[in-house]
Amino acid sequence: MTMTPPLLELEGVRKSYGNGVTTEILHGIDLSIRQGDLVALIGPSGSGKSTLLNLIGLLDRPTRGRIAIEGQAAEHLDDRALTALRGDKLGFIFQAHHLLPGLTVLENVMLPSAASRGGFHPSMRAPAEALLSGMGLGDWVDAWPRQLSGGMQQRVAVARALMNQPALVLADEPTGNLDTATSNQVVDLLRERNAESATAFLIVTHDPTLARRCDRVVELVDGVVVYDGAPSGMKSWD
Amino acid sequence: MLALQLAWRFLREGRTQSLLILAGVTIGIAAFVFVSAIIEGLQVNLLEQTLGSQAHITVAPEEAPPRALMRAPGVAFARRIAPSEPRRRPFDQWQRAVRRVEATDGVVAVCPKVSGSALAYRGAAEEAVKVVGADAARLRRIVDIPANLVEGQYRLGGDEVVVGTSLADKLGARVGDPIRVRSGDRESVLRIVGIFDIGNEMVNGRWMVTSLRNAQTLLGRVGDITEIDARVADVYEAERIAREVEARTGVPTESWMERNRDLLTGLRSQDASTTMIRVFVLLAVAMGIASVLSVSVVQRRGQIGILRAVGTSRQIVLGVFLWQGVLFGLVGAVLGSLVGALAGELIETSALFDITVTPRLLFTALGVSVATGVLAAYLPARRAARLDPAAAIRGDE
Repeated sequence: MTMTPPLLELEGVRKSYGNGVTTEILHGIDLSIRQGDLVALIGPSGSGKSTLLNLIGLLDRPTRGRIAIEGQAAEHLDDRALTALRGDKLGFIFQAHHLLPGLTVLENVMLPSAASRGGFHPSMRAPAEALLSGMGLGDWVDAWPRQLSGGMQQRVAVARALMNQPALVLADEPTGNLDTATSNQVVDLLRERNAESATAFLIVTHDPTLARRCDRVVELVDGVVVYDGAPSGMKSWD
Repeated sequence: MLALQLAWRFLREGRTQSLLILAGVTIGIAAFVFVSAIIEGLQVNLLEQTLGSQAHITVAPEEAPPRALMRAPGVAFARRIAPSEPRRRPFDQWQRAVRRVEATDGVVAVCPKVSGSALAYRGAAEEAVKVVGADAARLRRIVDIPANLVEGQYRLGGDEVVVGTSLADKLGARVGDPIRVRSGDRESVLRIVGIFDIGNEMVNGRWMVTSLRNAQTLLGRVGDITEIDARVADVYEAERIAREVEARTGVPTESWMERNRDLLTGLRSQDASTTMIRVFVLLAVAMGIASVLSVSVVQRRGQIGILRAVGTSRQIVLGVFLWQGVLFGLVGAVLGSLVGALAGELIETSALFDITVTPRLLFTALGVSVATGVLAAYLPARRAARLDPAAAIRGDE
C-alpha cells in the first residue's frame, strides 16, 4: 500500500534577506499539513509568520530547504510553473480583503478561475454564484466591493479563495480588521467550509480565540517552531 | 482574453485619469493629423502650381559644344571657352526617341513639341511671345489647358491658336481675333480660338499654343522638334526616370526636380520640420501615457500582487498594461483623427489650398498612435510584471 504524501511538507526551510549583511528570518522550519487540517499559525510580531506564509504560498522562494505540495517539490520550478501550481492548489485570504475595486463581487470571486483559464467565461458564473449564496451574499453578485461592509468583503475574499477548489487555503490575519461579531461569522464560515470539504486551512493569527477554534496550533518564535500540537496543549496564549 | 478584460476594467475604474490622458492623446493625434494634412495640402498645391505648366521630364538635344582652337594637326586645346553663338541643332530621329520615352516604366504621357521665341503684333501692340507647337491631344496630357480655359475652345488645327489671359489682354485680343506672329523673316497670321488661365504668369503672358505644323513652319524647323515632354506617374520618381530615359535615348534629359532645385529643397526642409513636429507631438503623447501608467502601476501594487497570488501569470500582468497603451492609442487615434479632420475642414475655408485628410494619413495616424501607446506602456508594464507579489501585497517598495 502506498502512502499518500502530505498536502504540504516543509523540510529545513530557511529564509534570509539582505545583500551583503543578511538577516535570517526563518531558521530551518519543518512542517507538515494533511488534507482537511485546520491549522493556526501564531507567534509574536516579527517571528516570521508572514514570511513563512509567503513561502508556503509560493509567492517567495526559500534560501534553503524544501517545500513540496502534494509531493511536488517547488524549489526548482520556474515562475510559470509556480504560478500554475499556486492557481490550482492554493487559495489566499488577506487581512485587508484585497478585492479588486474595478471588478464586481462576482468577477472578484471568478478571478482565480479566469486566471487559470485565460479569461472570464459564462461557465464560471454558476459555481461563483453558488459560493456567494452559501455565504449569504446571493443578492450582492453584481455589486461593487465599495458597496459592501468589511465583513461582507472578507466573505467575498473567502469565496474567491475557494473558487478553484484549492487543496490548501492560506489566510493571513483574516479577522484582523473585523469586529468581534463579524470575526466570529468569518471563523464559523472557515470551519464550516473545512468540515464540509477536504480543503485544509492554514490561518496566521494573533487572535487566541480564533487559534483555539482550530484543530492544531503551530507557534513560531524568532523563526523557529516552538510548538506544534493541539490548542489544549498550549501552556500560554500570551 | 483576461489581459484585455482587466485592462478595460482598470481604465474604467480610474475613469478621470483615463479620460484626461485620452484627451491628451486625442489632442496629440489631432495635431499630428492636422499638421500633416496642412503640409501635405500645401505641398500638393505648390507642386500642382509648379508642374501644372511644365513637363515632369524634358528630353532635348544640348547646344553644340564650343569648338576647340587647333594649334597643330591632331592637337587640340582650349585657351578660352566662350559660349558659342546660339545655333539650331536638329533633334535627330526624334520619332524613335518618342517611342523609347513612351516605353520607359513610369512614363504616362509623352508629347513631342517645338517651341521658340517670336513677336506677336496686333494694331500698335507688339509682344515677345513663346510659340509652342504640339499635337493637341498629347499636349493636354502634359499641360491641361482645356481644364483651364476661360473663353473659347481648345483646338489647334489650321490657323488656330490658344493664348494665355495676360497675353490676350496685352494684345487687346479676344476669341476670334487674328494675331500676326513673326519669327526671323517668317510670318503667320493665327486666329485665337481659346484663352486660358493656367495660374502661372510666365505661361499666361507669353504662350501661344498652336499645331505642331504651324509652329514648325513659323520657327523654321519643318519636320523637326525642339524637345520631348513627358509626364510620370510619381513626380518624386521623375529624376530616376529621367536618367533611365537619357540612357535609353542618348539625349540629354532633365527632370522637374533638377529644374526646380530650390523648390525641392524647400519641400524637403518642410518635410524635415513636419517630421520634427510630429516626433515631438508623439513624444509628448508617449510621455503622457507612460507617466499615467507608471502612476497606475504604483497605485495598483496591491491589486497586481493579488492577481499574481490567485494564479495570474507575469505575461498576463504585462498584457494588462500593454493593452491599456493599445486602448489609449486606438481610441485616441480615432478621436484625434476626427478632431484633426474637423479642424482641417474649418481652416480650409480660409486657406488658399485644399486640406485633405486622406485614408493613408488616417491609417498612418492609427498605426503611429497604437505603436506609441504600446511603446509608452512597455516600461510600466514590465515593471508591473516584475513586481514581487509578496512585497506588492504587503505594500513594500
